[in-house]
Amino acid sequence: MVGTSLRGSGPANAPIDSLLVDSSTQLGSVRIPAPVFTASGCAASGQGLDNFFDIAAIGGIVTKSIMLRARSGRATPRMAETPSGMLNGIGLQGPGIDDFLENDLAWLQARKVRTVVSIAGNTVEEYGRVARRLRELDWLTAVEVNISCPNVESRGQVFACDAAASAAAITEVRRALTSNTPVIAKLTADVTDIVGIARSVIDAGADGVAMINTLLAMSIDLDQMRPVLSGGTGGLSGPAIRPVAVRAIWQVHAEFPNLPILGMGGVRSGADALEMILAGASAVSVGTTIFNDPSAPWRIQRELREELGKRGFGKLTDAIGHAHTVFEASK
Amino acid sequence: MNNNPVQTIGKIIGVRKTGFYSVISIACAGIAETARPGQFVTVAVGGENSSMLLRRAFSIASVDDRSSYGGVIDIVVSAEGPGTRWLASRKRDDSLDLVGPLGKPYPIPKNPVATVLVGGGYGAANLPWLGKVLIQRGCRLDSIYGAATDLKVYGQLEARRIGGSLTITTEDGSLGTMGRVTDVLPDVMSKHNAAVVYACGPMPMLSAVAQIAQDNGAIAQVAVEEAMACGIGVCMTCVLPIIDENGITKMTRSCISGPVFDAAQVRFADINKLPSDVYGADAMGGH
Ligand SMILES: Cc1cc2nc3c(=O)[nH]c(=O)nc-3n(C[C@H](O)[C@H](O)[C@H](O)COP(=O)(O)O)c2cc1C
Ligand code: FES
Repeated sequence: MVGTSLRGSGPANAPIDSLLVDSSTQLGSVRIPAPVFTASGCAASGQGLDNFFDIAAIGGIVTKSIMLRARSGRATPRMAETPSGMLNGIGLQGPGIDDFLENDLAWLQARKVRTVVSIAGNTVEEYGRVARRLRELDWLTAVEVNISCPNVESRGQVFACDAAASAAAITEVRRALTSNTPVIAKLTADVTDIVGIARSVIDAGADGVAMINTLLAMSIDLDQMRPVLSGGTGGLSGPAIRPVAVRAIWQVHAEFPNLPILGMGGVRSGADALEMILAGASAVSVGTTIFNDPSAPWRIQRELREELGKRGFGKLTDAIGHAHTVFEASK
Repeated sequence: MNNNPVQTIGKIIGVRKTGFYSVISIACAGIAETARPGQFVTVAVGGENSSMLLRRAFSIASVDDRSSYGGVIDIVVSAEGPGTRWLASRKRDDSLDLVGPLGKPYPIPKNPVATVLVGGGYGAANLPWLGKVLIQRGCRLDSIYGAATDLKVYGQLEARRIGGSLTITTEDGSLGTMGRVTDVLPDVMSKHNAAVVYACGPMPMLSAVAQIAQDNGAIAQVAVEEAMACGIGVCMTCVLPIIDENGITKMTRSCISGPVFDAAQVRFADINKLPSDVYGADAMGGH
């Protein structure tokens, strides 16, 4: 760690050839050979991206959040372009867990892709029922729990906006899975105290957190003079939200420095990924940028190694949260 | 099956204005060679650090895989928003980030039947190339291209080069027959007993074409222009209510299951709605 503190105060360490940079990372007890994942809902189950890069060579595919039953999703329009971002209101369209296991997951397993399954539910019990269907799958890298869903038992209050409801969903999922499968709670930054929510999911047994989900937002069509999206509001994503994500990661890492964080929200380049890692993320997910550049996860992984090497980091894990060290030292 | 798309940096070898539109010719290896009529490409707009993240989709208007530049494709751009205006202002030798060929092409009849092409505005862009393929197959070809006004009619020259009859309509009467493509379609169809109508253009036009084809006992193959965020099947923004082979309506991605659909499968009246019989609509409470 001597090298780390040197980097903080004095001049940077000598640059390292990017090919020599070890960009493997840890999500809790799990070693991940590569640090870039796809963000849930932005890669479906990976098939569509396999034409553009080897999807087995990135950190992994985080699949679109799956629920117990098949869902049609919302009516169209489901998206709107916004400055450096977009709004979406897909409504978690998906085939339901059984069909997903039979088709998507079987394909990912045969293709030998590291896979994080994102799950969602309408009730606490439903989170548990979906998770139980994954219990025997010890090859999964992790289960990400999308708690940005309305809780039908609590007048549609979003789980992730309430510490007790978040904890209840995570407890249920943790209980449904074996201890071999890491549970990652996906948080929203649309809360006053994200550290409090993080604490509640850690106490409930989460092995790590993913953040941030999209921010609640709206666009209005000036010709029709009504909201663009069929559902009125939608989720804002893309580089427009990156500073919010960096702030959220910073706050949670400051409080829980050993907590694995999967950072996301507008990552478009290796430099953006490094920003999240310096704030405290152990790995990053790339979402909206995939729509702009379908080979982005692969490109960003390469660029990140270059960015680390340029700053003299021989290992990605040395850079995790490094901005906190520098910031403290400068006070 | 879709052929495998590639992402590639293409080079513009020419930009020409035709009426309201710009036709951009792009040398791009890996797309022209395998593309077929009805397929499309997506183009990143605004440069590397663009604040416009969503790629714009364009049907491939024509391909030339024997040009001295290697494979070349043409796209027709209607400059209506900031992204398409940026594209239309590109110059020769500029680079473009392309993904394609995407989507399913127009199915070609096995037998040399009578066919009609119906294009609305720049929707006509992919039809002359299709017409060429149909004529090679021995099909009879009648083309109907229309728009609101003369400058927005695409494809006159291209259609004349390919052969078959051509009818032009404009809503303001500035060119050809005053009215809409669908006003003249029934006569053109019955004159030669058309078996297949191919159409591309705005959704209300496609819906009207579908109805006329059905009334005449013909098949309509329509290429839709639904808003797409990714174009490669990963985002679920581009869905339409499509009836599958078992009679079940599913919210179906138009980028990978389309953009060409048999019009009889498309529930035009339910676009932008969520009818309760759509597969999975019963699970939507709460969201
Ligand atoms: C079209 C779209 C669909 C999404 N679907 C999901 C989803 O099913 N589950 C989920 O947890 N997050 C979903 N997200 C949120 C992303 O996973 C990610 O948290 C967010 O978009 C921020 O990252 P980005 O800016 O890189 O896209 C979706 C985002 C988009 C743009
Ligand atoms: S445009 Fe993304 S799934 Fe069709």
